[in-house]
Amino acid sequence: MKVYVCVKNVPDTAANIKVIGTNGFDESVKFLINPYDEYAIEEAVQLVEKEGGEVVLVTVGKEGAMATLRSALALGSHRAILVSTDQQFLDSADTAAILGKVIGEDGPADIIFTGKQAVDSEGMQTSYRLAEGLGIPVASDITKCAVGDGRVTVEREIGGGEKEVIEMTMPCVVAASKGLNEPRYPKLPDVMKAKKKEIKQIALADLGLELSSDMELVSLEQAPERSGARMIEGSVNDVVAELVKALKEEEKVI
Amino acid sequence: MTKVAVLIETTDNEVKAANFGVLTAARGEGHELYAFVVGADAQSCKGELEKYGAAQIISITGDGADLSAQPDLQAKAIIAALKEYQTSVLLALGSSKGNDILARVAAKLQVPLAVDCLSIDCSASTVRKPYFAGKTIATLKLNGEYFICAIRPNAVEPVQAPVEAEVASFTAEVGNYDGLVIKEVKKSASGKVDLAEANVIVSGGRAIGSKENFDILEQCAAAMDGAVGASRVAVDEGFATHSMQVGQTGKIVNPRLYIACGISGSVQHFAGMKTSKVIVAINSDKDAPIFNKCDYGIVGDIFEIVPALTAELTS
Repeated sequence: MKVYVCVKNVPDTAANIKVIGTNGFDESVKFLINPYDEYAIEEAVQLVEKEGGEVVLVTVGKEGAMATLRSALALGSHRAILVSTDQQFLDSADTAAILGKVIGEDGPADIIFTGKQAVDSEGMQTSYRLAEGLGIPVASDITKCAVGDGRVTVEREIGGGEKEVIEMTMPCVVAASKGLNEPRYPKLPDVMKAKKKEIKQIALADLGLELSSDMELVSLEQAPERSGARMIEGSVNDVVAELVKALKEEEKVI
Repeated sequence: MTKVAVLIETTDNEVKAANFGVLTAARGEGHELYAFVVGADAQSCKGELEKYGAAQIISITGDGADLSAQPDLQAKAIIAALKEYQTSVLLALGSSKGNDILARVAAKLQVPLAVDCLSIDCSASTVRKPYFAGKTIATLKLNGEYFICAIRPNAVEPVQAPVEAEVASFTAEVGNYDGLVIKEVKKSASGKVDLAEANVIVSGGRAIGSKENFDILEQCAAAMDGAVGASRVAVDEGFATHSMQVGQTGKIVNPRLYIACGISGSVQHFAGMKTSKVIVAINSDKDAPIFNKCDYGIVGDIFEIVPALTAELTS
């Protein structure tokens, strides 16, 4: 079975993001693999451990993505493909076109996993555009996945504790959410082995794609932070009475 | 005046209240609204929709297809309706369902899509939405034939603007597709309030200590018709389920009131709830980071304060 996992190199979720200029940010922060992509990798690796075959990571990213791919390879994938660009925020239509072209040429894929969203630009749509471009089905926000008889059955949470059970034909795209599995921690021998795995680098220009760039990042601003909380002190009954009064009469939120 | 279509999310033939903010955003400076109703009885939605200015209600069906079970065909039907009514703007509630359908529509039309929008400007084709989980706010310009956006639940305060609505039916020829079918919807046993759309959320962290202790939060939330959330630590410890997790890798919530109980306040947790209108923190550690970023803080024992709060609310 040939399984692809699309991943993205993103700033650590714990990092403070400092806006620079109109629409840039301080990129000297630590970068890691997008958290949702870890669930995608784990699911792909478990599937190939069971069914046999190969797991190939694909990413579109800046030079720093190389190191992230190297650590991701320690999680059980066989090789990786990096399409190099000088932009952190390609629009999702372009990213999907690039991923689709690379997978189309390297594949064909039996199944493609990805995270449900990247935690930087949070577009939540690359998986859909990738699937549409390849003419195959897609489901996102997936917390359960079973593959068998040429079909993939997945579960997705739709809020309020409800879940949809979805059946797709193969090949298809599955966009992972937290809860799909417990990603493994790499052991030292895995890290050593990963150093020898192939990472094929392709320059974006060499793909010969015409990019649409129809989503323009006009500006990026620091979000306002709250400051100066009103601390309520006193006996339990007093603090509770004061809080309820403030929420009802001043804030009018209850 | 622009024609704006709003995809309405319903449960059991009722319009979900979270749509009203979307309709309000859609009206903007007096745009003409088309409410698209799929998989529900449009007549029974009429009363609520016309209160918020939807003058045209379009009941969309697929020729011989169950659009509720086939999201790809539903997307095709919506595209046909956009063409039929010449609406170049499509908005929806940014829920799991709304985000899913809009992504299918945008991918098929090959036009841009912005999800999780805090505000939109249909005339300028711009949106404001969080980047980096709310640490920054991005302004995006969408250059496409259609302007398609999903609005974050509770981001826009609903304002009524009553009109008399007309209900029309539209049947799209969508053909067949067997690539993807929703086989079943598993309902939750308790019919809980959806966290992403809740007006009040009471959340618990590590200090809650056990699954059973979450009951005190349930009771407090119930006193305000709210929902219960949890921090990542509480979920990882097994005190609460994944679907309750608020934060960067959990649910992004936007209630009017967020009460954090025994939550220290990591960057990732804030990412999930920082747009809440009012944040209250209750924690026994006076140095907890959450006290720097909340509106009201109480230093004390959650097991004393939360039940007292419930009692005060119900008295």
